Amino acid sequence: MKFEYAPAPESTAIVDIKPEYELFIDGKFVASKSGKKFETINPANEKVLSRVTQASAADVDRAVKAATEAYRKTWSKLSGAQRGKYLFRIARILQERAREFAVLESMDNGKPIRETRDTDIPLAAAHFFYHAGWADKLDYAGLGDNPKPHGVVGQIIPWNFPMLMLAWKVAPALATGNTVVLKPAETTPLTALLFAEVCQQADLPKGVVNILTGDGLTGAAIVNHPGINKIAFTGSTEVGKIIAKSVAGTKKALTLELGGKGANIIFEDAPIDETVEGIINGIYFNQGHVCCAGSRLLVQENIKDELLEKLKRRMSLIRVGDPLDKNTDLGAINSAAQLMKIREMAESGDAEGAERWSPQCNLPEKGFWFPPTFFTGVSQAHRIAREEIFGPVLSVITFRTPSEAIEKANNTPYGLSAGIWTDKGSRILWSAQQLKAGVIWANTFNKFDPASPFGGYKESGWGREGGRHGLAAYLKGDFS
Amino acid sequence: MLLTDGSESSIKSFLKTLSPVDQVGAEARAAMLATRSIKTSSKLWAIDTAISMIDLTTLEGADTPGKVKALCTKAVRPDPTDNSVPHVGAVCVYNDMVKIAREHLDNNGGKEIPVAAVSTAFPSGRASLDVKKQDTEDAIANGATEIDMVIDRGAFLSGNLGKVFTEIVCIKEICGDRAHLKVILETGELVTYDNVRRASFLAMAAGADFIKTSTGKVSPAATAPVVLVMLEAVRDYFQMTGQRIGVKPAGGIRTTKDAIKQLVLVNETAGPEWLDPNLFRIGASALLNDLLMQRMKMKNGQYSGRNYVTLD
Repeated sequence: MKFEYAPAPESTAIVDIKPEYELFIDGKFVASKSGKKFETINPANEKVLSRVTQASAADVDRAVKAATEAYRKTWSKLSGAQRGKYLFRIARILQERAREFAVLESMDNGKPIRETRDTDIPLAAAHFFYHAGWADKLDYAGLGDNPKPHGVVGQIIPWNFPMLMLAWKVAPALATGNTVVLKPAETTPLTALLFAEVCQQADLPKGVVNILTGDGLTGAAIVNHPGINKIAFTGSTEVGKIIAKSVAGTKKALTLELGGKGANIIFEDAPIDETVEGIINGIYFNQGHVCCAGSRLLVQENIKDELLEKLKRRMSLIRVGDPLDKNTDLGAINSAAQLMKIREMAESGDAEGAERWSPQCNLPEKGFWFPPTFFTGVSQAHRIAREEIFGPVLSVITFRTPSEAIEKANNTPYGLSAGIWTDKGSRILWSAQQLKAGVIWANTFNKFDPASPFGGYKESGWGREGGRHGLAAYLKGDFS
Repeated sequence: MLLTDGSESSIKSFLKTLSPVDQVGAEARAAMLATRSIKTSSKLWAIDTAISMIDLTTLEGADTPGKVKALCTKAVRPDPTDNSVPHVGAVCVYNDMVKIAREHLDNNGGKEIPVAAVSTAFPSGRASLDVKKQDTEDAIANGATEIDMVIDRGAFLSGNLGKVFTEIVCIKEICGDRAHLKVILETGELVTYDNVRRASFLAMAAGADFIKTSTGKVSPAATAPVVLVMLEAVRDYFQMTGQRIGVKPAGGIRTTKDAIKQLVLVNETAGPEWLDPNLFRIGASALLNDLLMQRMKMKNGQYSGRNYVTLD
């Protein structure tokens, strides 16, 4: 008997996408001085969703001025408890409008509704709740007496978790008393613009949050604006390096959350079925567009065959297709450019002699799609073992002993995440001590919590986001 | 392939080769599969499939011949107003009701519906092996073609695995080719998923045709993660031996939603081959009426009142 799941599409009636959007500056939507617009599309069908504004340097200047005024006149005059009140209000509105955000995020980004509904949006609200609680307790955060905000912070966020990354940036900035100029990614601006409406709905004082859509030029104008006191960036290591150079020699504070090539280490005594789930969740969650993805599978050689058999079986169950279908597991690649990059990297794997495997799956004709894939026969020297692919492509590497596993895991310019799978508690503790990665998961992967600091070693970035450590990035004091 | 020779040491060393189960991960997987959205045509298919997999059960001290006969009538024609509803998978009763059930089914168009008897001093299993054997022999003599035996959980928990194994082997011998053997693990008393996995393999190696979660007398019963772990066990056992063992969750599955979640678990864990009444059964009583009400709703577009489905 065959159990076919009939289409179960989430309705899009709940979202109201305007044909055009302006910039959100000083509490209002205003036209750009440049008047330039660009399209944002649904990557699952290539249909245009809306046209958004390309913010110019003059717009950035306007936004920074509004944020500065808001900082001086209102936001810095409020008590922590009063700031917290706004954050709680925003958090509640995000929960109330969760389905609207989930549907819009899925449409603009291509990720499955199951993930936006169950992960992105609930976590975004959780970040606001968490930081709302900190707003009046900063004196007790272990960061010295009366730590002070930077003032105006510039925030540039990526396209892989648009709303969640906005929450990671905006919630701690506001809780600590900063005002914000934020630029969402070029391909995923719509939930940030919906968030601007939430700021209005919450009666957030004007100018506290300003949202500028645009491309890298807008980002550069934010980074280089002299009125900005701190930059927080999440994105590629390549752009992170450019930002670090631009900021060097200025008084601007900087946090960077960059790329990764996370090792997911499977020891022979791992609970195998849950490990397979963890591998799937590590690399095929969010189409592999995850900086902390477990993109390198380090498996002990004596269980490799059994593990790969199980992995293949499980991968053939991954449902690829319409992101708005509630049963979809793997959605669309976010953009044509990203799809090109993933293809190019996968082809380098073929060319360098690794062996590619994907389950049989029917990809839609329109839109940007890449099947869940892994490569075996990968060595440390392969490009697919060293460079971030940022797609649903896993590189399988074997090891013989625990110390070889650690050595290989650390043999990367990155250091964002790692996973350890074993039934032995002592081995978890030992491995975690040896691994040079900012986040280490034991017998799980890609679990996030606002109370847990997130960030990288080496080329994966500077500073931490989330938790008590994340507050430090938005405060000045004698603690750093 | 012989996995164990039945000696205590051989059973123990075989069970030690099994991969452990991570509680958090198993529960997360079961919770993820519970989010599958089964609508329209697939829901209708799932409802009929679930009906055909029900072991329609009454296991009460107050059971009477009249009650059992009524249950059997319902088993043959679950919805008297709609002949397109399939009959259930089996009728499940206590030993002394087997003959009554068998005769009533035979006389009312239910010849093809098997009678399952709970056996081996159900539900506790606290009796001598001789009594358990006699219990089983009796049930088969009266017409049971499926035996739902309980394992000795006390023996399992005290590490006396040889005793558990031997009892299953003995009951299996009595069943022979006269009856299918379902082995009840009573997972609510085994508690950990590692225990569920080990007990599943122990039962399969000893000759179970089916492994069954619970008696229905202990809570929790057929939780989604327990069923997941058992479905993984039968899938892996098939990989080892080429033999497909059935799974029967029982207890706590009361709504159509619950039943559909069970079918999704089967589909995405053991695989579609197990979506067959010969390899998957649901032990239930109240579930049938909820399935019928949902079925009427799907066909007519409106919910019927509870008086539009028969009580038993």
